[in-house]
This record gives sequence, structure tokens and C-alpha cells, in this order.
Amino acid sequence: MTAQPRFPAASRLLHWLMAPMIIAMLFIGVGMAASVSRHYDLLVSIHRPLGIAILGLCVARIVNRFINPPPDLPDTVPSLQRFAAKASHIALYALILVMPLVGWGMLSAARYPIVLYGPVQLPPILPHDLTLYAWLRDLHSVLAYLLFATFLAHFGAALYHGLIRRDGVFGSMASWKSMQFARTNRALIQNSTQTPEP
Amino acid sequence: MKPLWFKAATATNPGLLVRLGAIGAVMLSVTGAFAYTGGWLSPERLTQDRMMAAFRDANGTHVGFRRNHAKGVCVTGWFESSGQAAAISKAAVFKTGHVPVVGRFALAGGTPFQPDAPNTVRSIALRFLPPGGEEWRTGMNNIPVFPVNSARGFYEQLLAFSPDPATGKPDPAKIKAFLAAHPETARALALIKKRQITSGFADSSFNGLNAFRFVDAAGASLPVRWSVVPVQPVAADAAEQPEAGDENYLFDDLIAQIAQHPRQWRLIVTIGQAGDSTDDATQPWPEGRQQIGAGTVTIDQASSEDSGRCTAINYDPLVLPAGIEPSDDPLLSARSAAYARSFTLRAEEKHEKPPSAVTPEQVQVGGKS
Repeated sequence: MTAQPRFPAASRLLHWLMAPMIIAMLFIGVGMAASVSRHYDLLVSIHRPLGIAILGLCVARIVNRFINPPPDLPDTVPSLQRFAAKASHIALYALILVMPLVGWGMLSAARYPIVLYGPVQLPPILPHDLTLYAWLRDLHSVLAYLLFATFLAHFGAALYHGLIRRDGVFGSMASWKSMQFARTNRALIQNSTQTPEP
Repeated sequence: MKPLWFKAATATNPGLLVRLGAIGAVMLSVTGAFAYTGGWLSPERLTQDRMMAAFRDANGTHVGFRRNHAKGVCVTGWFESSGQAAAISKAAVFKTGHVPVVGRFALAGGTPFQPDAPNTVRSIALRFLPPGGEEWRTGMNNIPVFPVNSARGFYEQLLAFSPDPATGKPDPAKIKAFLAAHPETARALALIKKRQITSGFADSSFNGLNAFRFVDAAGASLPVRWSVVPVQPVAADAAEQPEAGDENYLFDDLIAQIAQHPRQWRLIVTIGQAGDSTDDATQPWPEGRQQIGAGTVTIDQASSEDSGRCTAINYDPLVLPAGIEPSDDPLLSARSAAYARSFTLRAEEKHEKPPSAVTPEQVQVGGKS
């Protein structure tokens, strides 16, 4: 393993907090859009507040990215893969930010109450317009499939770094063993920077 | 050409293919789970799309219209709450006072140009808009119980009563097989057949059919069903055929009556007791249950769906304020899901929709077509 610095703690926390939420959202969304079962109501009533929570966390995450920039990829990663990594991260951020807004907007355009929990509701953000609703509803599905595909690419790439390249990129986000990781890193950095003893 | 690191890895690492395979297996499993959740791997599962397909099979394609209760008119008015239901539900709509209402009268069935007929099930949908934005939407029918008690039952009923392409009429053998498999429907249809059929919409009683729960400020909950009962005198159906050519006579009468003076219904909440079924809409509750007069709905204006305020609204039975909660009736989720899909489809088709049976011009001239 090469010396790959880890993501800052706040970034790792946000990543691992949001990852299960987003995956749950994708599955709840595709499940409820197909369902006429007794679970439909429960799924919808989770989908709305979870989406808004993701929107809030996504904003926090974008702010955090400026405060705590991510570590660079190791030099060993080819330029095409660097580009793919950059593009897929931009796509992920954009989709995670836009999906809840489209959801909120489409419910607004249909004049569904946007209930978070009990009496807690959000105001509509768009005018009551059936055509606008239809457009946003379709967009919500298309973006959901895109987000699922981008998540798959992200997950696949992470496993590829972790299992095939073993270049420390996987551990830079996934490792919890902070002390051990830091020690290994320090040792590696020292080894690579120290001049060999005569 | 393989990159250098790949060759090096293959040379030094015989487990590479296994690990690549593992990544592929994980990707496939996640995709498979997603496809399974979306219903794509289960052709037998009843999904929203399959429910919509059954409506299409039963009624044909009518772009831009609701998939069920397709023929209707919009109405507006208000609800004067008596305050009496406030003791058992904390919903703002039940506090003494005045609440605007946007409603819709309709005939059951997915055909928007069906001629009005006395036996066709009539419905009213209401949207209560109390201050504070906590809406309540509900749909009610002029039948005492619902014919089915599950989404699957509804789907099978739709297909069993669909016209046979060869004869244009439902196949009696299919209906017989359906009723044999669904004795609850046979029992419910017998009750529905016995109902009093009144002269029109204005003197019909409409029942919410599904059970809900009212929750008071302390969090205590009670099972309830609700109805609206006409204040105006009730007349039996004339039992004679309406004038030839007056295919909208029920709607025309309603529009003329509302233009004459507002029509009113009392909102009656019936409280269930232990043992009363809350998850089976085919079962009536026994007579003599406690009833509360929650207030009066007044309808003072009618308009065509093509210009009215009910058209861009989905009367989703699960749009409920805090203080009204769904019961364990599986039909509530099924209705909510099917209505949502029907709403999306007609929103997508809006630009192709032909004029409704009752046009704005007809409402303007007082309902006579």
C-alpha cells in the first residue's frame, strides 16, 4: 500500500451517514413507485422526510468539501480514471442535491401537502401546474436511475481500488482504524522520503 | 493492451480473477435487488403499472382522464364545523368554524363519456382547506360497503367484469369464477344491490367505506368511518328513463339544483367498537354505533372539469391532517398508490385530453345539454 492520506473525519462522517440514506432512498423510491401493497403509505412517508434530510446533509457536505478538501488521488492512477473519478463525483453531488429539490418541486406543482412528520409540513416551492408536475415527475424517475447507475459506478470503482489496485484510495474513505492507518502512513512516508543509509 | 500494473498484478497475484469476479458479483447482486424491488423480476406481482393496465383493458384508453370515476364535475363550497368531532380528533378541520371546500361529483368507472344511469355508483370527493394548510381529502360513494377488500380483489374484479372483446359484454363465466373465489365480494354486492337509489347526486348519501382512526389531543385513537347525508329532502329514483339524448342528466340536474340554491350534506362520523372490522371494507358495521355530527358541507358552485379547481387535484385518501390516521385497511395504501399513478398519467397526457362530457359552456347555461 502506498501512502494515501485519508479523507478528513468530517468528510468520512458525512459520507458514511449519507451512503445508507441514499441507498435506502433509491430502493424505497423504486419500490413505492411500483407498489400497491399495504407498505406503500409507509414507504412514501419515509421517502419525503428522508429526502429532505439528504438535501440538508448534501448542502452541509458541499460546504464541508470547501473547508476540508479531499485528498488527491495517488499518482499511480491513470489520467482517464482520474477524469472518470472527478466526473462521477460531480455527478453524484449534483444528483444528490437535485433529486430532493425535484421531489419537493413536483409535490408542490401537484399541490400534494409536503408532510414531513405529523403536522410538520414544508411550503410549496412551485406554482400549482399539472404539466409542470408531469415533467418533474418524469425527471425524478430519470434522475433516480442515473443516480443508481452513478452509485453503482462509484461502488464498483471503490471495490476496484480496494481489491484490485490496493492503492489506499479505498482505505482513505473506508478505513476506521485511524491510529493504525496513521502509523502505517507515517512509516510509509518516512520510508519513501528518507534517503537510504549508506 | 493491458496496462503494466495489470500484468504485474496478474503475475504476482493469482487471486486477481477471483477478486474481479467478486466485484462483478456484488454489482450484479445490487442491480438485481434494485430490479426486484422495482417489480421487474416478478411478473405476478400486482404493481401500479399492472393496475393501470387492468383499467385500460376494462375501459379502453381515455387520455387525460382519471382512470376511475372518469366522468365528473368540479364543485366548491365550504364546511361549517360543529366542533363536535373535535373531542375525538385534534384535526384543525373539526374545530368550530368555516373551512373552504373544493369537491368533485363523479360516476364510478373509467369511461368519461358513459351515459348517466341510475344504477351507476355515484361519488363525491372533498378537499377541506382549513387555515394552517393541513388538508384533508376524502372520496365517498353512494354504496354501503366496498365490493372488494384488497388490491388484488380490485384488480381481479376489474378484469372479471371487463367486456369480452368478442361480444362486447362481460363474460358470465369469468364473473362466476371471480365471485366464487371472492365470497366477500358476493356478500358486498348483495348489500350494494339493496341500496336506496335516489333521484340524483344532490339527494344521495355518500359513504367513506374505509375505516380510519381519529386521534385526539391526548393521543387516544378511535376507529371511525364517515359519511355525508343530504340535508335536502330525498326522492326515490324516478324509475323512468331520462329523456333520450340527455346523457348527462344526473350532472345537469345537479348543476341546475346548485344554481338554484346551495345544496347541503351533514358530515356524520361513526365510531367503531371492538370487533368492528377496520381492515375489510366489504363488511358493514352494525347498526346503532355512536355517531357524531361533525358539521355541514355546503356546495354553492359547480363548474366543468375543464375549467374547475378539482381537476389538477388527486383526491388521495391518505392526504390526512394530524388527527386523522389510516386504519389497517390495505385498500387505503392501494387506493393512494393507484390514484397517484392515475394522476401522473393524466398529467402527462393533459395536452392531448379531449373536452370532458360536461363542458364549461353546458355549466354556464345551467346544466342542460
